[in-house]
Amino acid sequence: MEADKKLLKDLTPELEKTSIKWYLTFFLFFVLFVAGIYGLILQIEKGHIVTGMRDNVVWGFYIVNFIFFMGLSYSGALISGVLHLFHTGWRKPVIRMAELITIISLIIGPFFIFFCIGRLDRLYFLFIHPRIQSPITWDVIAICTDLVGCFIYLYLSFVEDFAILRDYADLNVAPWKKKLYRILSLGYTGTDIQKKLLSRARMIMAAMVIAIAIIVYSVLAWIFGVTLQPGWHSTIFGPYFVIAAVFSGTGLLIILMWIFRKIYHLEEYITKRHFVNVGVLLMIIAAFYGYFTFSDYLTKWYGSIKMDSILIDKLFSDYYSLFIFANYIGILLPCIIIAFPRFRSIRNITIAAIIAILALWVNRYIIVIPTLETPFLPIQDTRPDWIKYTPTWIEWALTVAGVSVFAMLFMLVSKIAPIISISEMQEKDKSEILK
Amino acid sequence: MNNSENKAQGKSSRRNFLRKVGIGVGAISVTGLTGAAFKNNSKNGLKSGETVRLLTTDGKLVEVDKSDLRPVKEIVAELKEEARAGLPNRKFGMVIDLSKCKNARKCVEACQEGHMLPRDHEWMKIYLLQDDRQTAPYWFPKPCFHCDKPMCVSVCPVGATYKRADGIVLIDNQRCIGCKFCMTGCPYSARVFNWKDPEIKLPPDHAYDPETNIPAVEGTVGKCVFCADNLRKGLLPRCVTACPMGTIYFGDLLEDTVTNGNETVRFSKLMEERAGYRYREELGTLPSVFYLPPVERMFPVESGLEDVDEKIRDRYKNAGPR
Repeated sequence: MEADKKLLKDLTPELEKTSIKWYLTFFLFFVLFVAGIYGLILQIEKGHIVTGMRDNVVWGFYIVNFIFFMGLSYSGALISGVLHLFHTGWRKPVIRMAELITIISLIIGPFFIFFCIGRLDRLYFLFIHPRIQSPITWDVIAICTDLVGCFIYLYLSFVEDFAILRDYADLNVAPWKKKLYRILSLGYTGTDIQKKLLSRARMIMAAMVIAIAIIVYSVLAWIFGVTLQPGWHSTIFGPYFVIAAVFSGTGLLIILMWIFRKIYHLEEYITKRHFVNVGVLLMIIAAFYGYFTFSDYLTKWYGSIKMDSILIDKLFSDYYSLFIFANYIGILLPCIIIAFPRFRSIRNITIAAIIAILALWVNRYIIVIPTLETPFLPIQDTRPDWIKYTPTWIEWALTVAGVSVFAMLFMLVSKIAPIISISEMQEKDKSEILK
Repeated sequence: MNNSENKAQGKSSRRNFLRKVGIGVGAISVTGLTGAAFKNNSKNGLKSGETVRLLTTDGKLVEVDKSDLRPVKEIVAELKEEARAGLPNRKFGMVIDLSKCKNARKCVEACQEGHMLPRDHEWMKIYLLQDDRQTAPYWFPKPCFHCDKPMCVSVCPVGATYKRADGIVLIDNQRCIGCKFCMTGCPYSARVFNWKDPEIKLPPDHAYDPETNIPAVEGTVGKCVFCADNLRKGLLPRCVTACPMGTIYFGDLLEDTVTNGNETVRFSKLMEERAGYRYREELGTLPSVFYLPPVERMFPVESGLEDVDEKIRDRYKNAGPR
C-alpha cells in the first residue's frame, strides 16, 4: 500500500499542487497561442492575401502542419497499439504518453486545415454536401472515425486510473475533481468480470486503432497521390506517409519522455532502457522511411520524364540544403547515433529524436511546396510571391500556436490525470518492470 | 477608378439591355422553366388582354399575356438550377490556332472586362512556350480546358465545381469552401483564387450567376466559364470575338462546326487538315480545347513582345525551353 501511494504521488506530480514553474510555462505558451489567434483574426478579416500562399502555391505551411500533426497522432496510435497487442513489458511507462500524443495531435491537426480553407463559415458544407469521390471526403470520414476510436482507446486506459484516484482518500484535490473521477471511473471496482471486459475491450481497440491509423494516413497521402502533379502522383505515397508518420511519432515520444523525466523527476520509472528500446524502434522505422524516400526519388531522378526532371532539378538547386537535411541528415544521423551502443546515451537519443522530427517536418515541406512551384505550364509572372512561396509571420505564428496548444493540452492533462498509467505500473512487480 | 466606373457602367447598361431585350429574348429561355409561375400569375385574373408571341427553348411559338411577363432579374435566380444542367444537346468546344496568336492580349482584356475580374486575375492566360531547345517558341493562349474527365470536379469535396451536359465546367461560388483542392488537382493552372475581397461594385439586388461567376467572393475559386451566359444568348465567348487575329474558334462539337466570328469551318476537317491536338493528351483529362500547331505563322514570335507594356514583357523574360 505504501508503495502504491508513492507510485501515485510520483506519477501525478502536478495533481495536488501547482508549481509556479507550471504557471509560468503555461503562461508563455498561452501568449504564443494568443499571438497565433491574433494572426488568424487578421487572416479572416483581410483574406488569405495575408498569407504567403498564391495561385501557384495554394497550399503552404498549413497543409504541411496538418500532415505533420496528423502524422504524430497516427504514430502515437500505432506505437501504443502495437506495444499493447504484443504485451511488450517495457511499454508500460510510455504507453500513456503515446496515447496522449495521439489524441492531442489529432485534435490540433484538423485546425490547420481550417486555417487553409478560404471560407471557414462554410465548413459544414463538408457534411451537408459531401461528395464521396473526393479524397477530402474520405479524409473527413477517416479522421472522424479515428478521433472517436482513439478517444475510446485512450479513455479505456484511463478508467482504472480514475478508479484508483477516486478510491484514494488522502488525495488533496478540489471537490470537483473528485467528483469528476467518480463519474469517469464508471463504477469500476476491479472485479474479475470488469477486469476481463476492460482488458478485452482494450485489446480490440488496440487492434482497431492500428487499422484506422493506417487507413487515415493513407487517405491523407492519397490527397496528394491521386492528383496528376509531378512529385505527388506516386503509388508509393500511401505506405510512405504511414512510415513517415510512425517515424515522427516515435521521435516525439522520445522527446516527451525526456521532458517529463526531467521536469517531473521520473528517473525511477523512465530509464535508459526505455530510451534505448524506443530508440531502436526509431532506428528501424528510420531505415524503412529512408528506403521509401530513396526509392521514390531514385525512380524520379533516373527516368527522363520532363516534369520529374524539372522537379528534381529544383530540389537539388533551390531546395538543396533542405533536401540534404531532411532526407540525408535527418535519417542517417538518428540511425548512426542509435546503431552504435557507445553513442546510446539518453541525451544523444533525445537529440537524434529532435533531428528526426525537424527533418520530417522539412521533408513534408519539400513534398508540398516545390511540386506546387513547378506546374506543368511554367509560371510566367512578374510578382515574386506568385513564383516562390515564402510564409508570412501569420503562418509562422499559427504554426507556433499549434505547438503551444499541444504543450498546453499536455500540461492540462497532467493536472487531472496521471501521465504514466498507475494501473499498468501496479500490474506487475515494479522491480521487474525496471529491470 | 475610371476603370471600375466603366465596369459598373458596362454592367448596368448590360442589365438595361437585358431588361429591354430580355423581356422578349430572355423569356424564351424561361418559358420552359416557369410554366408553374405563369399559372400562378393568371390566378389573379388580372389580364392585360394584350398578348405577345414568344419562342420557347424547344422551338415552339407560344402566345402569352403581357401581364405574365417577368423581369430578367429573376431569370438569373432561376438560372442556378439551369446553370447546373447546361444547355441541352450541346457539346461546346474550342480550337485555338497557334499560328495566328501574337500576344495581342485582347482576349485577356475582354475576359477581365466581361467577368469583372481584378487586373491581376486572368482566366485566359497567354504563355510563351518552347517545348525544347531545338524547337521554336510560340504564343499559347490558355483558357480553362473544360475537360471531359475533369480532375477538379472529381476532387471537389462539396460539389461546388461541376460538369454540365454541354461540356462546360462551372463553379458555384456560393457552395465553394475554398479548400483549393481543385487548384492542385488541375494540371493546367486554370484556376484562380480570390485571395482578398474582389471589391466589385454591383447593385445590391444583383443575384449571383454561376454562368458568369459574378460577383466573385473572397475565399473562393474562379476560372474561365466558356462565357456560358453568352452561349445561352446565342453569342460567342468574349475572347473569341475580341481576338483581332481570329485565333480562337468556338462551336458545338455535336454540330461539327466551329467559328471565330469571321469564318465558320468544319471542326473535324480543321483537325484533320491542320493536325489539331490537345495539350498534354497523355494526362487523359480529355480537354474540350484543341490547338492547331504554330505552322506557317502569320507573325514572328517576337512581335508579341512589341506592343505590350513592360510589366507584361517582363513576364516572358525567363521563358525558354523546358
